[in-house]
Amino acid sequence: MSDVAAHITGTVWKVEVTVGQKVSAGEVLVILESMKMEMPVEAPDPGVVKEIRCQPSQPVNEGDVLVVLDP
Amino acid sequence: MIRRLLIANRGEIARRINRVALGMGLETVAVYSDADAGLPHVREASQAVRIGPPPPRESYLDIEALLDAARRSGADGVHPGYGFVSESAEFARACTAAGLTFVGPPPEAMARMKDKARARVLAGEAGVPLVPGSAGVVADARAAAAEAERIGYPVLVKAAGGGGGIGMAVAGNAAELEKAFRQSADRARAAFGREGVYLESYFPAPRHIEFQVIGDGQGQLIHVLERECSIQRRHQKVVEEAGSALFLEGRNAGLLAAMGKAALAAASAFGYANAGTVEFLVSDGGFYFIEMNARLQVEHPVTELTTGLDLIGWQLRIASGERLTVKQEDVRRTGHALEFRIYAEDPVRFLPSPGRLAVFRPPEGDGVRVDAGYGEGDLVTPYYDPLLAKLIVAGRTRDEAIDRSERALEGFRVEGIRTNIPLHLRIVRDRTFRDGSLDTHFLEHHAKA
Repeated sequence: MSDVAAHITGTVWKVEVTVGQKVSAGEVLVILESMKMEMPVEAPDPGVVKEIRCQPSQPVNEGDVLVVLDP
Repeated sequence: MIRRLLIANRGEIARRINRVALGMGLETVAVYSDADAGLPHVREASQAVRIGPPPPRESYLDIEALLDAARRSGADGVHPGYGFVSESAEFARACTAAGLTFVGPPPEAMARMKDKARARVLAGEAGVPLVPGSAGVVADARAAAAEAERIGYPVLVKAAGGGGGIGMAVAGNAAELEKAFRQSADRARAAFGREGVYLESYFPAPRHIEFQVIGDGQGQLIHVLERECSIQRRHQKVVEEAGSALFLEGRNAGLLAAMGKAALAAASAFGYANAGTVEFLVSDGGFYFIEMNARLQVEHPVTELTTGLDLIGWQLRIASGERLTVKQEDVRRTGHALEFRIYAEDPVRFLPSPGRLAVFRPPEGDGVRVDAGYGEGDLVTPYYDPLLAKLIVAGRTRDEAIDRSERALEGFRVEGIRTNIPLHLRIVRDRTFRDGSLDTHFLEHHAKA
């Protein structure tokens, strides 16, 4: 199981996946917005989305877990 | 004259407008979102009005909230600054309808410039050289492909309602074009609510040179010389200068004169009044119109420092119906000035870096001016653009201004968040930058970490 965390402080703009979805490495899971820039958060490894811990327009801090993946 | 001016903006530009307005004897009204309640621009105005929660759509972009703030504070004029509602013809019209003096161009002129595909056509009709491209927006991917074949690859796909590089993509061949077309149309729809895109020939290494213009709408229209803004990242300006190294010591005087004339022709074609900027690309000795911006530019201070002209003061006077008494032949540049945009971002990975400014000590020195939106201890939130401050440095020559810039950048102390000051230091120490051989891809090849 791997936690995918926010790499910047900002707000969640879009959640691109749903629970149970199979994702490949490098696939965009969540798009964050910070200081007028969009920052995609990608899956580090292939897996299945086990849990989504954020929702659109939610403020997040660097290091907050956004998505949990099952290998 | 406007008596009580509402400043519909935040950060450094709100502070700057506030200082000029107070200096002219006006009362000022600041507006703020919940994220900005503790910032200097709120404290320094004669009064301040809360306009909503942090997201821009619910505060600084909310026309109703801004008009309500004007009503509640008894303002009779509005300065929009840059960004946010500054280029919204709808906002300008709403101000006029509410009996407020809008500090900016006539709404009709704003509408003409806002559609960048249409602006190209108007400028072309006025005899201004254009970047080779489509006559207007292209209907679909197939029409785009036909146009691109005619123009020749590579082409730049641009959103007609765009700005700041949003909805812009380069295509080197037909396959890339299809992707670029879709991407630009999608981005344009998401960001601007319209999906019209147009094509321009992509110049491999152009310089970005723009002209400040100012007119009173009563027959007097002048340009206030050029600025060079070739140092960019992702189509965002990073360093600007007045003037351009291309024209130092009287070089390329014919080109400079022709560009000044074209800038005035373009501004006239748009029915322009108040302060604005006509942007050109310069490539292989030719110059090409890209767009006109209907507002005060971020980089206006380099023009002010080298010409002595108070652009914001004139904006306020012109909006109040005064005539522009400065004549074209009165406009002369003394010395050279550079502006460095100090961003809250990682200088290597270029990621945003919001947070608290544990230490914030701008430099001082001869020819050094700092327009900052924040002070020590303030929180930089992720809701707005990453501009912390503008470092503006003037000298008698470009070399002297660059030397002073290096010292000022070395002395600029910021702790608590990451900034791009190290990037600026790499730029001013770069041999090619010093030589003045600039193009808009400079940062892809130079000043690397």
